[in-house]
Order: sequence, then C-alpha cells, then structure tokens
Amino acid sequence: MSSTATPEASGHSHDDGHGHDGHAHGHAEQNFFLKYFWSTDHKIIGFQYLFTGMFMALIGGFAVYAFRMQIAFPGMSVPGYGRVTATDYNALVTTHGSVMIFWVAMPVLIAALGNYLIPLMIGADDMVFPRLNRLSYQLFLLSIVVLIASFFVQGGAFGGAWTSYPPLSAKPEYNLTPLGAPMWLVAVALEFAAFLLGGINFVTTLMNSRAPGMKMFDVPIVIWMIVIASILFMASVGPLVAGAIMLLFDQTVGTGFFDPKKGGDPVLWQHLFWFFGHPEVYVVLLPAMGIVAEVITTFSRKKLFAYKTVIYTAVGTGALSFFVWAHHQFIAGIDPRMANIFSVTTLLISIPVAEMVFVYIATLFGGSIRLTTPMLWALAFIGEFLLGGVTGIFLGSSGADIYFHDTYFVIAHFHYTFFPIAFIAVFAAVTYWFPKMFGKYMNEAWGKVHFWGTIIPFNFIFIPLFLLGARGDHRRIYDYTHFPDLMKPGMQDLRVLATLSLVVLLAFQVVFLVNYFYSAFKGPKAEANPWKANTLEWQAPSPPPHGNFPEGLPTVYRGPYEYSHPDRQDDHWPQNSPS
Amino acid sequence: MSSFPRPIATTRSATGISTGKLAVWWLIASEIVIFGGVLGSYVMHRIGHPEWASQAEHTNTWAGALNTFILLTSSLMAVLAHQAAEHKDGKKAAKFLYLTILGGLMFLTVKSIEWTNEIHHGFTLTSHTFWSFYYTAAGIHGVHVIVGLIIMAIIASDAKKGIDLQRVEAVGLYWHFVDIVWIFLFPLLYIAK
Amino acid sequence: MSDTSTPAPAPGAAHDAHGGHETNYVKIWGILLALLVVSVVGPMLGHPVLTMVTAFGIAFVKAFLVIKYFMHLTVEKKYIGLLLLTMLAIMLVFVAGVAPDVMKHEGQRWTNTAAIEAVEKGLKANEAAGHGEHHGEAPAEAPAAAPH
Ligand code: HEM
Ligand SMILES: [Cu+2]
Repeated sequence: MSSTATPEASGHSHDDGHGHDGHAHGHAEQNFFLKYFWSTDHKIIGFQYLFTGMFMALIGGFAVYAFRMQIAFPGMSVPGYGRVTATDYNALVTTHGSVMIFWVAMPVLIAALGNYLIPLMIGADDMVFPRLNRLSYQLFLLSIVVLIASFFVQGGAFGGAWTSYPPLSAKPEYNLTPLGAPMWLVAVALEFAAFLLGGINFVTTLMNSRAPGMKMFDVPIVIWMIVIASILFMASVGPLVAGAIMLLFDQTVGTGFFDPKKGGDPVLWQHLFWFFGHPEVYVVLLPAMGIVAEVITTFSRKKLFAYKTVIYTAVGTGALSFFVWAHHQFIAGIDPRMANIFSVTTLLISIPVAEMVFVYIATLFGGSIRLTTPMLWALAFIGEFLLGGVTGIFLGSSGADIYFHDTYFVIAHFHYTFFPIAFIAVFAAVTYWFPKMFGKYMNEAWGKVHFWGTIIPFNFIFIPLFLLGARGDHRRIYDYTHFPDLMKPGMQDLRVLATLSLVVLLAFQVVFLVNYFYSAFKGPKAEANPWKANTLEWQAPSPPPHGNFPEGLPTVYRGPYEYSHPDRQDDHWPQNSPS
Repeated sequence: MSSFPRPIATTRSATGISTGKLAVWWLIASEIVIFGGVLGSYVMHRIGHPEWASQAEHTNTWAGALNTFILLTSSLMAVLAHQAAEHKDGKKAAKFLYLTILGGLMFLTVKSIEWTNEIHHGFTLTSHTFWSFYYTAAGIHGVHVIVGLIIMAIIASDAKKGIDLQRVEAVGLYWHFVDIVWIFLFPLLYIAK
Repeated sequence: MSDTSTPAPAPGAAHDAHGGHETNYVKIWGILLALLVVSVVGPMLGHPVLTMVTAFGIAFVKAFLVIKYFMHLTVEKKYIGLLLLTMLAIMLVFVAGVAPDVMKHEGQRWTNTAAIEAVEKGLKANEAAGHGEHHGEAPAEAPAAAPH
C-alpha cells in the first residue's frame, strides 16, 4: 500500500474545493494563505511552531533584558523600555518565565521538532490527523493572542510569577491585575489544550504509521524522546488543568478552592502545579537529549552506545519524575517526613539522567569527531547541562534546600538546565536540520561565532548567580538597595556582571538570526544528505515536498545508527537501503 | 469534511488498532488525569472537612439517579450503534447515535433543572466550597457531554451516508468514558452524605 | 454485506470476538440498572459503612461492566488497559503525596489552624442547626458519613 505516491501529492490547496475557482490574482494570494497559514502539512505546521517560538523567545528575551537592567542599575531608565516600576518588574519576571517555558521550550522542542521530524523520520507522508494538527497550532496561536492582549489590559500583565501561587494569584486585591491574572491562566490552559491534541497526534502517529519494516526499536532516539515527552505531558498536566479551572473560579467568581477561610487550601495549588511542573522539566529535557543523540552519532560516525538503554532510561526517568514534585515545596510547610521521602526520590532521579550522559560520552569515545556547529552545540549541551543536574542534588537535599530555596542558587540551577535544553540543544537541532528544512547550508564560520558568543556569556551570567545564591541572595526582589544584608561588598558587582553578560549574549543572537534567515534564502545549496546520516529524513529530498518521499514511501531494513559498519566500505548505512 | 484526502499515514495500522480508536484511547488516558485531579482534590477535602456533610445533604439524589439512568441507557444506545456499524449498517448506526444524543440532551435538561432549583435555594458556586466542587466537577463533566454530543452529531450524519463507519466505535468509547465518570460522580456528589 | 443488516451475529463476529449478541448488551444494561437501584437504596438503610460499600463498591462494579462489555477493553490490546491503569496509578500517587498535607490538618511540627477551626466551627453549627431540623441522619453521624 505504501509504495504508491501520496494521493494528494499533486496539489496543496486540498483543504477546500474553492481554492481553484478564484480569478488568477486572488488565486495566487489564496494559495499563499492556504499554503502557509491554513496548511495541514506537518512540515509547514512545524515551521509555524518554530517561527512562533522564535518570536516568543524575542519577547521573553526582551523581558529579561528589562528586569535584569533594573536589578543591576536600580532606578535607571532602561534603553528601549524606560523606567521599570515595581509592578512592571513583577510582570516582566512572570512574562519571562512563563513565555520561555510554555511558549518557547514547549513549542520548539516538542511541537516544532515533533511535527517536522516524526513523519519524516518514521517514513510517513504526514501525521495521522493533519487537521487536528492544524487545530492544535491554531489553539496555540490563540493562547499567544490572549497572553499578549493581557499585557495591554487595565492593571497590566499578571505579575504573580510563572508558578502563580495563591493567594497572590487568586485575589485581585493582592495581585492588582484583575484582568491580567485570569488572562494569563486562560492562555496557559489553551496552550495545554493545544499540546494535548498535538501529543495524541504524535503518539498515534508513531504507534501506527511507521514505515513497513520499522520496528519500535528501529525508531530514532529523538522520536522516542519526543513521544515519551508527550506522554509524560499528558499524564502530568491533567491535575493542573483541573487546578487552572479551580483557580480561574477563585479569581473571577470568588470561590474558595485555595482560600483557607473558606475551607480551601493554598498548598493544594502548589501540589497541582508541581505535580505537573516537575515532570514538565523532563518533558523538555527528553527531546533535547534526543537531539543530542542524533547529532553526536552523525558527527562521530559511531553507533549509539546502548540504544535500548537510553530508551529504558528515558522511560524510567519519566516514571520517577512523578515521585519528586514536592521538592519544590520543602519549606511550604509540608510535613518533614514527606520531605524526607521526596528528598530520596529526588536524589534517585539524578541516576538515570547521569546514565544518559554517560551513554553519550561512551558514544563519543573513539569516534571520528567532526566539530561542526551542530556538534559544538550538542557537546556544549552535555557539559552545561551536567552543571545544572549536579546542582539539583544540593537542592534536593531538604536540609540544604531550607537555605537555598528561593535564592539565586535555584535560579542558576534551573537555568543551567533550561538554557541548555531550550537554547543550546535547540540550536543544535536548528543547525543540524537546517539543510533538510531549507535545502541550503548555514554559514559555518558565523555559526561558530554565534556559538562562542552564546556559551561564554551564558556561563558569565549564571556562575555569578550561583555565587550570589550561596550568599543568600533572595530572588524576586525589585530593588536590592533596600536590603543592606544583600548589598554586602561584591554582591552588586556580581549582579552587574551577570546583567552585562546577558546583554552580550542577547547581542550575539543577532548573528544567529541574520545567519539563519540569510542562509535560508541565499545560502549555498545543500544536497539531500549532506551529513551522510542514516535516518529516513535524510533520504528524502531537501527540502522535502508535500508527501515527503516523492519516490514512494520508504521501507526500513535496519536501525538508525549503523555508522562505520565493519562489513561496509561506506561509513553510513541508510535505514531504507536494502543492502 | 469527508472530502479531505487522508494521508497514507492515517490508513496505516502497525498496532492493529485503527488510528481513530487508538487516538481515543489516548484521549481517555489524558482525561483520566484531568478528572482525577479535580475528584482527588474533592475527596481529600471531603474527608478533611467532615462538616461539609451538612451541605452535601442538600443534593438531590433522585436527580442524580435519574441522570445515571439516562447516561447508562445512552451508553447502551452507543454500543448498539457500534454494533450496527460493525454490520456496516450506517443507517441503523446513525439511528442509535441519534438516540444516544437524545440521552445526552435529556441528561443536560435534568441537570439544568436541578441546578436552577439548587441555585434558587441559595446553593451557588460560591456559597460554600462544597458547592464549588459540586458545580466544578459536574460542570467539567457537563462540558464533556456537550462536546460528545457535537462530535456524535457530525459522525451520525456521516454514518447515515455510510461514510467513516469506524468512527462510530471511537466516539462510543469516548461516550462510555463520560458515562463512567458520571458513575463515580454520582456516589461522590449525591450519595456520600 | 448489504445494507439490510442481518440481525444475526455472524458477520461481526468474524473480525471481532465480541460482535453480535444484541441481547447481551441489553442484559448488561439491565444489570447496570439493578446496581443503580441498589446504590440508591443503600443509604436508606441508614448504615454509613454500608452506604459507602453500596455507593463506591457498586460504582466500581458498574464501571467494570461498562469497560468490559461496552468498551470491550478486555479484547483490546493489553497495553491499552495497562495505559489506563497507569493513569489511575498516577492519580493514586498524586493523592498519596498530597493527602498528608491537604486532607490532614496537622503533622510533625505543623498544624493547619485555619482548617481545624473551620472543621470545629462547622460541626458546631451543624449540631445547632440539626436540632431545629429533624433530619433522619442525626447530625452527630455526619462526620462518620464522610467518605472513608
Ligand atoms: C531536567 C532538567 C531540570 C530542569 C529543567 C529543572 C528545572 C527546575 C526549575 C525550573 C526549578 C525552579 C522552579 C522555581 O522555583 O521557580 C527547579 C528547582 C529545583 N530543582 Fe531542578 N531542574 C532539572 C533537574 C533537576 C535535577 C536533576 C534535580 C535533582 C537531582 C533537580 C532538583 C531541583 C530542586 C530540589 C529544586 C527546588 C529548589 C527550590 O526551589 O528550593 N532539578 N528545577
Ligand atoms: Cu523539580
């Protein structure tokens, strides 16, 4: 059945019959709209998510620029923003956190890469539910419209932090954002709905629509990871969806789900939030780990060391991640006996994560390593993420966390995990799959400039924050000059150093944007399989047409990582080549 | 709708389960945790707050029981629709689906009469946290009923023409799940007094 | 098979082990209704423990019947059932982690004074109201009747 070309391969305005009966001029315009905004093609939807995510990263980046400037130079008029008031500060911090997690990391790592890669890498012509896919993006876009609208309503954007704890988030009297708070919540809920739909689509596609011959253990790691992450998301977000509805009622009609005066319990929200929130960090981590697996095998020309172990480890990590959430609440008044249990599970979870890192190092060992830009990013991911993971152990020990909680140590910890995930790994992915996505090469030299221009300032931002945190620097403070304890000699210098490094890091992103968009149009032409990789997406033309495989959908004969096979002259062995 | 050309991906079935049905199972899985979140929170509060019994006392067991009866019967209709679809009898499947829809509409009618009555007696969303849970849990369930009805109407109108009969089973699964949620809501909200 | 469906189970049974048996479904429905009656009558006996058994025990039986006979989960691939059970298990983990905080009002070195006060005040108020309003279930029984 699968050797025939796709029935819809010939025309792209297949959604609507009347795409064809307009007059010539309108026809072309409508086609452009249909092709890029109303498309059901998984690649276009992947691009929609990717570009939307990039755009949101600019918003998140601008927010952090503004509030970090206020921290370093209290009261200054920030170039491009103006004076940051205390209310602004809270709104900016909240916007930065929620945008980067919900509207950058999630859409780019899961939705953009999942949509673009899953059908290509499993040898299918599209997702199983193309229209559901389009709906999922539209819901996502709607969530952004609501979020952005909330910046401009009366009272301004929500400022109760991305964790949105009640009572601050529940009562307009406290948060002073009678519209911003519920709009933020609705935006988050819509975003969840979009990813639930997308996740169901991903899982079903992988389970049912693999190319003939492709067993589950022939599926590339990145696809495994994206799908495991989608399942994790599905399994953990439910209570928070329920909680969001409850909080919305608390905010808008005055119920008391989280109000102790009315028999509710504010700590319940923390549980609902972190029961999702902790698995969520693995939801974004796993796809990043998957990207790294693809890149390092390709650029070290080696078989992935312990393919199955990586998959079992990912599943195990996912399962364990349901048992650690209360480590975010050690000092929220939970029972110390519970804190003990959650300490132990938290320390345990670092084992599978470390194991994955070891597997990658073993994969690199003895390989013929080529330090291309994507490879640099992938290697940097391993190194930088390690620091994030290791500092998690400090925080997971409940005794130490009494001191560290809500200090800049925590901020540095999760940025050493999240930044590698949401940016370093994503840059690895974007540069690695660029020739496939656009049929062009990016500029390597500028790519490396961007790499170093990002990695060096990144460390100069967050190592100072570790130091500050260890000295007790509390997070979420608008103006440190009011706190003599936190203005001891050297502390403000470290804040200034972090902020200036941030400005440098942001400036270097211009290099990336120019390189990316210039190369997409004017870059040198790339062949179908420039890296000589094995996985199926590289066996399709670059960029792949609608339906992906014009010569018929592939059949799979082997696993994805048969590099440098001893019986073969060629050092790669595509999954679909019969011999 | 049905003129949409399906990709080959949709027609593949490596698991042996049809794509639509597999997706509905995953949908149900993700719904279990949504309802689990709100019902789990409710149960913990109920046990922790024995005094809420004086509020719970005012729920109308008969309305709840009647609605259980209606949903159980509509579930029967849904499974009969599935059976007809398996026999490739689209017309009959559509007929049973319409009966299922009728059941859903009756459920909503009973619910709105019941709620109107309760609100008139001063038991509103904000009058007490028991009632907040009551309206929220049943409300989330009610939204699922409404969504189910819309989807079923679309599928029934296709099934009547013999199109996409495999969907009858898929929507039936969803409907049975909605029924099961109610089976638990009934004792939780009406019987535990 | 033509449109005029033969009511006989034969064609469906060929590709689906559970096909056919119209009567079966109606019978299951009958059992479900009988169970519904029991769960409504249960509380009338006025024994709180019995109420819990009839209410929740029967809910589980009803759910089981719907899952087995209407959703045909037992003839579905095994992992589907496992998936749904896993989701339930995850909810149990959630409740187990949250209950010591939210359901209980005190523990090692902490007390939720607001909740304890609310319970005491509420119970007192119930008692006061209970004397005026002679309800079959005495207010003193109210705490015991909470789902345990
Ligand atoms: C997968 C990579 C990880 C990510 C993305 C991540 C992310 C985060 C985030 C966002 C927070 C702070 C939330 C907030 O308070 O606003 C956090 C805190 C924490 N993380 Fe991680 N984390 C990761 C890995 C780990 C590991 C491996 C451990 C332990 C072994 C760990 C232990 C902790 C603990 C204990 C806290 C709470 C600290 C506190 O608030 O006092 N994390 N992490
Ligand atoms: Cu965590």
